[in-house]
Amino acid sequence: MLAYIIRRILQSVLVMLVVALVSFALFRFVGDPINSMVGQETSIADRDALRDQLGLNDPFLSQFATFVTRAAQGDFGISYRLQQPVMELILSRLPATLELALVSGVLAFVFGVGFGVYTALRRNGWASNTIMTVSLIGVSLPTFLIGVLLIWVFAVELQWLPSFGRGETVEIGGWTTGFLTPTGRASLILPAITLGLYQMTLIMRLVRAEMLEVLRTDYIKFARARGLSNRAVNFGHALKNTMVPVITITGLQLGSIIAFAIITETVFQWPGVGALFINSVRFVDVPVMAAYLMMIALVFVIINLIVDLLYYAVDPRLRVDRAATRH
Amino acid sequence: MTDALLSVRNLRVEFPTRRGVLTAIDDVSFDIMPGEVLGVVGESGAGKSLTGAAIIGLLEPPGRIAGGEILLKGERIDNLGVEPMRRIRGKRIGMVFQDPLTSLNPLYTVAQQLIETIRTHADISEGEARKKAIALLDRVGIPAAARRIDDYPHHFSGGMRQRVVIALALCAEPELVIADEPTTALDVSVQSQIIDLIKEICAERGAAVMLITHDMGVIAETADRVAVLYAGRIAEIGPVRQVITAPEHPYTAGLMGSIPTLTQTDARLVQIPGAMPRLNAIPQGCAFNPRCEKAFDRCFKERPTPVVRNADGRKVACWLYDAIDTAAKEQANG
Repeated sequence: MLAYIIRRILQSVLVMLVVALVSFALFRFVGDPINSMVGQETSIADRDALRDQLGLNDPFLSQFATFVTRAAQGDFGISYRLQQPVMELILSRLPATLELALVSGVLAFVFGVGFGVYTALRRNGWASNTIMTVSLIGVSLPTFLIGVLLIWVFAVELQWLPSFGRGETVEIGGWTTGFLTPTGRASLILPAITLGLYQMTLIMRLVRAEMLEVLRTDYIKFARARGLSNRAVNFGHALKNTMVPVITITGLQLGSIIAFAIITETVFQWPGVGALFINSVRFVDVPVMAAYLMMIALVFVIINLIVDLLYYAVDPRLRVDRAATRH
Repeated sequence: MTDALLSVRNLRVEFPTRRGVLTAIDDVSFDIMPGEVLGVVGESGAGKSLTGAAIIGLLEPPGRIAGGEILLKGERIDNLGVEPMRRIRGKRIGMVFQDPLTSLNPLYTVAQQLIETIRTHADISEGEARKKAIALLDRVGIPAAARRIDDYPHHFSGGMRQRVVIALALCAEPELVIADEPTTALDVSVQSQIIDLIKEICAERGAAVMLITHDMGVIAETADRVAVLYAGRIAEIGPVRQVITAPEHPYTAGLMGSIPTLTQTDARLVQIPGAMPRLNAIPQGCAFNPRCEKAFDRCFKERPTPVVRNADGRKVACWLYDAIDTAAKEQANG
């Protein structure tokens, strides 16, 4: 188990190094950051001086080594556009994105599993058929369109919920949260639904397919033949077996929720890292883009690691070393 | 026979399909006495497993009981609601399935599965249930049961898992155990151990057994009576000695003829020509008529009803044994 964890962590470090290389390559090959930092009147001598000062003339490997060392310490340099440390910028925006991702992830998981189980158990009921049909919309409509539609219905026509921003936020130890104010909570609803809808339908269809598969197995038949209650069979025996693949997909989806919050954040003017990234792209603010890339990679790597460890918790067959010691 | 533990009366199981209704089990009747071992034999698709599933109320939709009745100690159980039927399953009728590798939930320990089942049917504490479970595992021959009980199914071999399955089927002390091909998926070396175990442990507890198999050898060693199923109908039923040593239905005779014996000197085994008809193409009259070398006119027109042959409850569904048809029979033979 410990050896397994160490191996997985080493693999993760390798992945991060590769991503760092890609991020770093951005510095070298995407435009000339000097152009976007200085005005048109700046002389070539001044530009060269600035280039030296930023270390842009050093050899490739030494620049990369500096980049990785600094990145490991959380130092991604200074934003070309805002002249602020990149890490500070990202950290100030991160709570907004994480709260949004958390809420939509939880929504997607709870409703995805709930609807999935329901439609699997009542395969031919009218409610199941309705849910399945509606879920097609969730799978096929692009996120920005869902966002715009929700804004139109709930913010413009019904005027129940705000159409943009985070509402009022409260700061607790450097973390700004929207959970504690009524406007903060109201502002979360539409973006969270927009971001989570696709994931929810995906999880729902996955749970349904897996559940139908599991319900056909011999051990479910045998559990019924032993007179166990429907609840025990469906939720104790069937659902737990359904969860192994669902955990994988949900974990990976949580990563993409954070990564693809960009679109939702843009539609709802959500002050998160996604919106920061979009603005940085516009101004070729390479340090921010590189840091964002690294951050998303880190999120994916960590989530993958957690998913692998969750397998151990759910599926005893994977605890091979434990079994070996017992025999 | 009013003192039968289980009575199946004119059971009919149908599968509605887009191309009409298929009758998988047609007019099947038999009794199982308390403590008796009834063997049910037949080829694949003869309806053996379906009969078991119908009795325990676990026919897979769209399959349904379309006629007849099933009585457990004189009470009808084929038309019970979901909840009363659930209380019969496990508690009064236990079931052992074919494949021990897939019969156990891989994510729960043996202890969890046993204790859950015991406590579903008896109002006892977790500790008591655990004690009972260990005693039962010990009885079915799991070595070091007290320690192994907390293992997961994948820690056990196939034969050991089938022992666990038997313990699970018996843990609420049912009066009848339906064993659906309990040894088919096992190594030959452990097959007889498992069959002996089922027989012994059921005899010990006074439970009757319905042993579904296609292995005549197993039936010969284990069963008290045997029912031979063909295309969803009973061809012959009776005490196992009589059926095996003197089969009357041509199908049973064919089955027995196809079993190799130690004294046999012929190079080839006898085989029944042809194959069992598909459910959508069961011939008119006797279902066996295309493969039967003794078939005569009446076999192609009328369906034979079981004829009582002796006081031991032996019945044969064949026109060869119908009293009014003796003349026709002689004509056919001559």
